[in-house]
Amino acid sequence: MSVAIVGAAESTEIGTVALSSVGLAADAARRALADCGLTPADVDGVASSGLNPYLPTIVAHSLGIEARWVDATMVGGCSNLVHLGHAAAAIERGDCDVVLIAHGESGRSHLGAPNWRPAADSWQGQFELPYGTVGPMTLLTLGALRFLRDRGLDARALAQLVVAQRDWAARNPRALRRDPVTVDDVLDAPVVAHPFTRPMCCVTTDAGGAVIVTSAARAADLPRPPVYVLGTGEAAGAAMASQMPDLTSSDAFRRAGAAAFAVAGVGPDDIDHAMLYDATAQLPLMALEDLGFVPHGESGAFVEAGNTAVGGALPMNTNGGGLNYTHSGMYGIYALLESIRQLRGEAAAQVDDVSTSLAHAIGGMFQAAATVVLAAEPR
Amino acid sequence: MPARPVPVATPETAHYWEGTAHGELRLQRCRSCASTYFPPQPFCPSCSGGDVEIVRASGRGTLHGYVITHRAAPGFEAPYVIAVVELDEGPRLLTNLVGVAPDPEAIALDLPVEVLYEPVGEIVLPMFRPRTT
Repeated sequence: MSVAIVGAAESTEIGTVALSSVGLAADAARRALADCGLTPADVDGVASSGLNPYLPTIVAHSLGIEARWVDATMVGGCSNLVHLGHAAAAIERGDCDVVLIAHGESGRSHLGAPNWRPAADSWQGQFELPYGTVGPMTLLTLGALRFLRDRGLDARALAQLVVAQRDWAARNPRALRRDPVTVDDVLDAPVVAHPFTRPMCCVTTDAGGAVIVTSAARAADLPRPPVYVLGTGEAAGAAMASQMPDLTSSDAFRRAGAAAFAVAGVGPDDIDHAMLYDATAQLPLMALEDLGFVPHGESGAFVEAGNTAVGGALPMNTNGGGLNYTHSGMYGIYALLESIRQLRGEAAAQVDDVSTSLAHAIGGMFQAAATVVLAAEPR
Repeated sequence: MPARPVPVATPETAHYWEGTAHGELRLQRCRSCASTYFPPQPFCPSCSGGDVEIVRASGRGTLHGYVITHRAAPGFEAPYVIAVVELDEGPRLLTNLVGVAPDPEAIALDLPVEVLYEPVGEIVLPMFRPRTT
């Protein structure tokens, strides 16, 4: 691929913010443009998605962008990574030159952010919702006990992951949960949905994020260090969490990851830094296995040995993750932004010598996934 | 307080909900490839064949996965068990596990379970309990 991310920014504030969802997206978009010295007049493609299917047009109108390429693909939290793959292809094909991918979500304050609920006559409305499901914490988690049991693990493996990520969050002043915790603290915290206690479930925040994508050739003339897109992959999974072919492994994770590695021409061993979407604490364990960072069944031991922690071989979720840093509902853009910061060398908890980074996100309740491989140098 | 969510049938799923109202768990089976499947639709998700029949499931299965939620959905009282049951016929269903304390010590994966039927509004929901027979 010959495409690079040239501008990147989060919303000015994250946490509890007095802006609507669209306002958060626009704030992040303006900051991302300022980051790379471009203006809305330079942008000719817009991607954005949420509950409103017309979001790209709203973002474009708000910023005065005349878009000749739009993408409103909405497959949950991985959507912005899907947009990146689509944008890279469109830029390579010449459909557009400069793409803005913008996301904003008033996930905590619910300003201009309707609650999503499946229709009563949809599959989820008929076959899941009537049983009292309470959002992701009761759907993403359905296979977790089996995942743990099959690997000879228990809830301590979830707690160990939280502890490792909290240590990253402690180094990040913008993180919501920053206090150090022990495994016992995590296990003894209030139960949300057994076996998940509160620290094993993500924070809920208002936040926005945006990136500017263009050709590698044009990136060379812009002020910030380009972050090169080596490969992207996306995949659709089962339409309902309860209908996954295997509750302990995501086929969408496996296919998105394999596709991204194939396009990039690299493998898991070539990745210096990883952002693995963590709405709940077992998701990064699944992704470590499904993307091939560790063999089947070894994710728990890998995390317990400190490999993903500060000083580890595979620094992971170094912003603190959705568990600690921020999570507005669709987390993918924030994972991507931390990958970019690490490759630029400007992260709050900067890791030494990051030359490649992988960001991986889930969409909905395992309904989709997307993976991107990024690098500081072109290939 | 918002009401408990109640399913609304579509033409493709009507037989399923008519079945539960009659104390039957109705799945579909493809006559071409012999796949038994769920959720309901008028063609086979494995081979796309349209020659399918409605079959009555045994109502027996095993507990494939679960969580015990301590946060209640509208119309529910926490804690309660949200479960995935694997039916003897193959398909899995999301359901509630009832007839047992919502206590992890009392609920083992692969527990044998059997269906029971709970009216909710105009609809009858299939739920599961530890098998007694």
